[in-house]
Amino acid sequence: MSDYVIDATNVVKKFADFSAIDNVTLRVPKGCIYGFLGPNGCGKSTMIRVLTGLLSPTAGEVEVLGLAVPKQAEQLRLKIGYMTQKFSLYDDLSVEENMQFIGQIFGMNSAFLRQRIEQQLITYGLDALRQQRVAGMSGGQKQRLSLACATMHNPELLFLDEPTSAVDPQNRRDFWEQLFDLSEQGTTILVTTHYMDEAERCHRLAIMESGQIRADGEPETLMREMGVNVIEVYAPNLRALKLKLMDCQQVRSAAQQGIRLRVLIYQDVIDPIQWLKTTFTELSKAEINLTRPSLEDVFVCVTGKGRQ
Amino acid sequence: MISFLRMKAVIVKEFRQLSRDRITFGMVVMIPLIQLLLFGYAINTDIRQIPIAVVDQSQSTAGRVIIESVKVTQVVDVVQRYATVQEAELAIKQGVVRAALILPNDLTQRIMQQRVLGQWIVDGSDTMISSAILALQSMPLTDFDFDIRPQTVKTFEVVLYYNPTRRSAVNIVPGLLGIILTMTMILFTSTAIVRERERGNLELLITTPIHPMELMIAKIVPYIFVGLVQVGIILGLGHGIFDVPINGSLAQILLGTLLFIAASLTLGLMISTVAKTQLQAMQMTVFVLLPSILLSGFMFPYEGMPVVAQWISEALPATHFMRLIRGVVLREADLIDLWPDTLWLAGFTLFGLMIAASRFNKNLD
Repeated sequence: MSDYVIDATNVVKKFADFSAIDNVTLRVPKGCIYGFLGPNGCGKSTMIRVLTGLLSPTAGEVEVLGLAVPKQAEQLRLKIGYMTQKFSLYDDLSVEENMQFIGQIFGMNSAFLRQRIEQQLITYGLDALRQQRVAGMSGGQKQRLSLACATMHNPELLFLDEPTSAVDPQNRRDFWEQLFDLSEQGTTILVTTHYMDEAERCHRLAIMESGQIRADGEPETLMREMGVNVIEVYAPNLRALKLKLMDCQQVRSAAQQGIRLRVLIYQDVIDPIQWLKTTFTELSKAEINLTRPSLEDVFVCVTGKGRQ
Repeated sequence: MISFLRMKAVIVKEFRQLSRDRITFGMVVMIPLIQLLLFGYAINTDIRQIPIAVVDQSQSTAGRVIIESVKVTQVVDVVQRYATVQEAELAIKQGVVRAALILPNDLTQRIMQQRVLGQWIVDGSDTMISSAILALQSMPLTDFDFDIRPQTVKTFEVVLYYNPTRRSAVNIVPGLLGIILTMTMILFTSTAIVRERERGNLELLITTPIHPMELMIAKIVPYIFVGLVQVGIILGLGHGIFDVPINGSLAQILLGTLLFIAASLTLGLMISTVAKTQLQAMQMTVFVLLPSILLSGFMFPYEGMPVVAQWISEALPATHFMRLIRGVVLREADLIDLWPDTLWLAGFTLFGLMIAASRFNKNLD
């Protein structure tokens, strides 16, 4: 068995002529929160479905928790938890009944199950809602219930497919706290997202686009190694300036943020501030700063090439 | 391999959902109740009170006596009297009456000469009505003519077993079991699985250790109880209101019905593995239901169908159940006597369950 919880090599998944996943190699070490960042339709969900054995890959090797997928998928299912993108528990059952159902499906005996439900209700702050039917609950409450159900059987590996798409920022924060708790207890978590702030919280990150992994590593490393300097320009006529900048081959991208223009300039320009001031005379007196790169910058840098 | 704990989990969940779905719950009871009353009263093959007109050209006492004797049969109801045949023909054309009795002016003479007394003009488009009137062709006339006309001699003596009074309800009510069970059982199961898919529950279920066979069986079990409740309602009311005799043993009825419920549920499961939405599942149910009503022998006797229709009929579980349940309820037969149908239903269930479980793959490819 390898040291990796997920060890996928050269995975390809084709739907007819369309390659949803195109030669992806992914290694997820034990105990980490691994993020999958990418725009909608880039193959994140497909990748999760391949890793859980719901889809069989067209080519490539997939090993999850030491089990070959999809061949040993049935054994794998006892050890993984899966939280789907769309809420997938039963609306017409109560919180407790849903948890009971999932627990029984995973073969828990009733004494243990009762104890486990109490535990989960408290952990996820659902004990006041236990009798409530799911149909009337808020997005945040449903999401907590989903996580509670996905972790009922203490899975070694947890798949979360865009778990926070339907909740407000406060709920999102609390949700991540819970993920870190789980990670602390040794659960490996694979989470897909298209929120930058969320991706930044992951221990490791893979940026996906059109079925390929464009970059992967720790968020800090990615930001450090992206090969561009991030410059903020405060000046009038930003729209016109942006168009001019975009034509320069030294500039990777330029994006307006309120009264600033955020410019990514390749690192082969040694002093980007001086370069800007000399190249564009109108900027000679403008306020120009070098700033800390964000994950969004990384994202913009590595993607966009194959985008139409 | 098969885990009863997991199946129990699904069964309990299904019952909870069923008890909270008021419309479905209401349908379980209301469908058999309303259909029983509707069919029991409405479908009637011994016709009574056909509206007719009378054209009595004889204006004689004999004419009046004949008309009275025709009325007494209760087959017809005299609603119009006309002076001419033309008027009567027009009334039939307009649909005011279904038939007209014409008594000629030489009626008294005809009685003496023992000739045919009168003529019926009948709207023959509905064969049931025309045969009812045809039966009046040789009706005996009350009181006065026994002396003058010799009684016709019958070639055969006919003895009617099992339903001597020829009431349709006796045949309809057990048949109705087949129709209602076909409708509700197929519909409920097919939508039950498709609903899980539509609402996204299935994506979660297939990442759990549940086995497809467990899921299939556990989804079926609650509806077996639903089916038995419906059988209880239909046979109970049929016996109470329509006086349908229950000659066979209850154990045989239960066994036969369980067999049919199982077959219908598997058919529903098979539909659910094909249908993508609940609407599609419903359409496919109707696709099975309609031939089940028309070709199963519920409405028209199997023997009267053309050969091709008989083949289709043989393929429907409802046909086999119709024979089975009528045999058990009315003729006191048992499942062994009717072994071909028993075997067919059992085989269908097993085969269907295997197809459904194999078609329900636990992946999304």
